[in-house]
Amino acid sequence: MIATALTDLWYGFGVALEPHNLMWCFIGVLVGNMVGVLPGMGPLATISILLPLTFGIPPVGAVLMLAGVMYGAQYGGAICSILLNLPCHPPHAVTCLDGFPLTQQGRGGVALGITVLASFVGASWGITEMIFLSPLLVKAALEFGPAEVCSLMLLGLLAGSTLARGSPLKGVAMTVLGLILGCVGTDLELGSERYTFGLTELDDGIALVALALGLFGIAEFMNSINQVAPISTRYTKVSLRDLRPSKADLKQSIFPMLRGTMVGSLCSLIPGTGPTIASFVAYATEKRVSKTPERFGTGMLEGVACPEAATHSSVQGDFIPTMSLGIPGDAVMALLLGALMIHGIVPGPQLISQHPDIFWGLVASFWIGNVLLVLLNVPLIGIWVKMLAIPYRYLYPSALFFVCIGVYAANNDMFQVGEVIVIGAFGYLLLRLGFHPAPILLGFVLGPRFEENFRRAMLISRGDLGVFVERPISAVFVALCVGLIGMQIYFRLRGAKADLEPAAENGGVSDIAPIELTRRRAPVRPAE
Amino acid sequence: MQSIAGPFRELTRKRDFYAGGLMLLIGLGVALKGWSSYRLGTLMHMGPGFLPTALGVILALIGIAIAGAAASAGGPASEAGERILPDHPQWWGWFCILAGPALFILCGRYFGLIPGTFACVFVAALGDRTATLKSSLVLALIVTALGVGLFSYFLQIPMPVLTWKGGL
Repeated sequence: MIATALTDLWYGFGVALEPHNLMWCFIGVLVGNMVGVLPGMGPLATISILLPLTFGIPPVGAVLMLAGVMYGAQYGGAICSILLNLPCHPPHAVTCLDGFPLTQQGRGGVALGITVLASFVGASWGITEMIFLSPLLVKAALEFGPAEVCSLMLLGLLAGSTLARGSPLKGVAMTVLGLILGCVGTDLELGSERYTFGLTELDDGIALVALALGLFGIAEFMNSINQVAPISTRYTKVSLRDLRPSKADLKQSIFPMLRGTMVGSLCSLIPGTGPTIASFVAYATEKRVSKTPERFGTGMLEGVACPEAATHSSVQGDFIPTMSLGIPGDAVMALLLGALMIHGIVPGPQLISQHPDIFWGLVASFWIGNVLLVLLNVPLIGIWVKMLAIPYRYLYPSALFFVCIGVYAANNDMFQVGEVIVIGAFGYLLLRLGFHPAPILLGFVLGPRFEENFRRAMLISRGDLGVFVERPISAVFVALCVGLIGMQIYFRLRGAKADLEPAAENGGVSDIAPIELTRRRAPVRPAE
Repeated sequence: MQSIAGPFRELTRKRDFYAGGLMLLIGLGVALKGWSSYRLGTLMHMGPGFLPTALGVILALIGIAIAGAAASAGGPASEAGERILPDHPQWWGWFCILAGPALFILCGRYFGLIPGTFACVFVAALGDRTATLKSSLVLALIVTALGVGLFSYFLQIPMPVLTWKGGL
C-alpha cells in the first residue's frame, strides 16, 4: 500500500512540477498570501474573487491555484493577527492572544518565524494523512449506494452547520436555506423549471460565483464600511534577521508544534470541525499541558506554535473528505468543490481514479506550495507589512470592481451582477440578524447532489424511508446525525443556566466569541 | 430605558425573534409555491416540487424554533448584540456599495467597460466617511486604468471597452 501511495505521489509531483501548473500554484500562493494579509479580506472572499479568473485555465491548474490561494491566505492571516492583533480570519483569533504580546515585546519577528515553521510542520502531517487515508476512504465509499451517500451528506451538512460558530439552530437554518437556493433552476430529472419566476436567466440556477461574492464580498463590505479603525503600524517593523528563531525558541516550540499537529489532524477527522475549532482546542490543550499556564496570553511562543500547527494540519485534513467523498467540511471546501464542478468534474469517490492528475497533483502541490510560502514569506515580509497599512477606503471600492467584473466574466452575463447585488443585500440582513452565511454555500453546493441521490434512493426502495436505517452503513450515519442533534440539545439545556460552561472551561474560547463579532472593528484587547 | 420600554419596544430588540420570523416567512413562501405550482409526486416518484416543499416546511419549523426560543427567553434584552441595526447605521455607505455594482451593470451595458468601472469604483468610494470627491476620482481613475488593462487586454473578456448603447 505504501509503495502504491509513493508511486502515485511521484506521479503527482510530476503533474505539479509541470511548468504551467507550477506557475498557477505560485500565482495562487502569492496572490493568496498578498490578499490574506490585507485586513478585511479572508480566504473566502479571496477565493470567491479569484474563482472566475480560473475558468479560462485547465482544471488541474485551476484547482492548484485555488488551493494555493487558500493556504496562502491562511499564512497571510497569521501575519495580520500577530503584528496587528487583527484576527482577519477566525482560526487565527487565538494566535492573537499570544502573538500580539510577543510583538509588543519586540519579538514579533520570532513569532512569525515560528508560525511559518509550525504551519509547515502541520501542513506536512496533514498532507501525509491525505495520501494514506484518502484511498482507504475511497475504497469504502465506492460500495455506497444512493441511500448511504444521502445519509452521509446529511451528516456532513449537519456537522458543518451545527459545529461551526454561532447558534447551531441558525446554522441549520442557513444550510436549509442553501439547499433551497440549490433547488432554483431546472429540475434535474424532469426538466421543469423551479422558482425561476419566469426569469430565463435563472434556468441554470443561481450562479455559485454570484452567491459566494454576494455573501462574502458585498455583505462583508457593507458590514465593514466605516467600521474599520485605522491600523497602527507601530509594531510592524520586522526585518529578515528577526525572523530566525534562536535555538532556545525552537526547543521551546517544537513539542507544542507536534501537539498542535496532532490536535489538528484529529479535528479534521471529525466532519464539520474545521480549522477554527482545531486552533481553539489546540490552544486550550497547550495551556493545560503547560507548566506555566498562567503565563499564556502574555506572549508565549507555545501559544503561537500550537494553534498555528493545528490550523494548518486541519486545513489539509479537511481536503480528505472533500476530495475522496465529495463532501466538503466547510464553506472554503465547498467553494473548491464548486470550482471543480464548474470545470465539469464530478466530485465523489470516483474522482481519484478518474482524475488522478487532479488529486495527486493537488497533494504534491500542497508541499510545493508550502515550500514556496516559506521561501516567499521570508524575503517578502517587509512588503506584506507595508500592505497592512493600505486603508480600507481604497480597498473595498477596488475589491467591489473585482467582484463585478469577476461575476460578469464567469458567464459573460450582466444578469448575474444583479444577482450579486440582491444576494449581497440579503446576506447583510442575515449577518445583522446573527446568522453566519457560510453554511449556505455548503447547502448550495451539496443540494443538487443530495436531491439526486435522495430521489434515486427512494426510487430503489419503492418509496420506503426505512431504507436509511435498514442498510447498516447508512444506519451508522443516521445514528451519528441523531447523536449530533442530541448533543446540541443536551448542551443547550445544560448551558441555558450556566451560560455555555463547556466553552468557558476550554480557556480562552469564551473570549474568542466577542473577538469574532468585533473583528476588524477595532484592535482587540488581548484576552485575560 | 427598561421601564419605559413597552412590549413592542422589547420585541424590536429581539434579534433572534426577527431572525426566526424571517426564516418562517421564507420557509412558508417556498413551501406554498412548491406545493401550489409544482407537482409533488409520491415518495417513490418524486415530482419537482417534493424536495423544495419539504425543505420549506423544515425551514419554517426551524424559524418557529428560533423565534420561540427568543420569545421564551424573556427579560429585557439590552445588550448591543441584540440590536438589529449597528450602533452607527451607515445608510449612505450601504447605499454606495449597492449602487456601485448597479451602475456597473447600467454603464457597462450601455457605454462599455471603462465608464462602467469608473462609475462603480467612484460611487462605491464615496461611501467612506473620510472620502472626498477628489480622492474617489483618483482612486476610480487608477482602478479603471489597471482594471481595463488587466481584463480587457490581458484576460480578454468580451466586453466592449467604450461603446454607445452597444449591443451587449
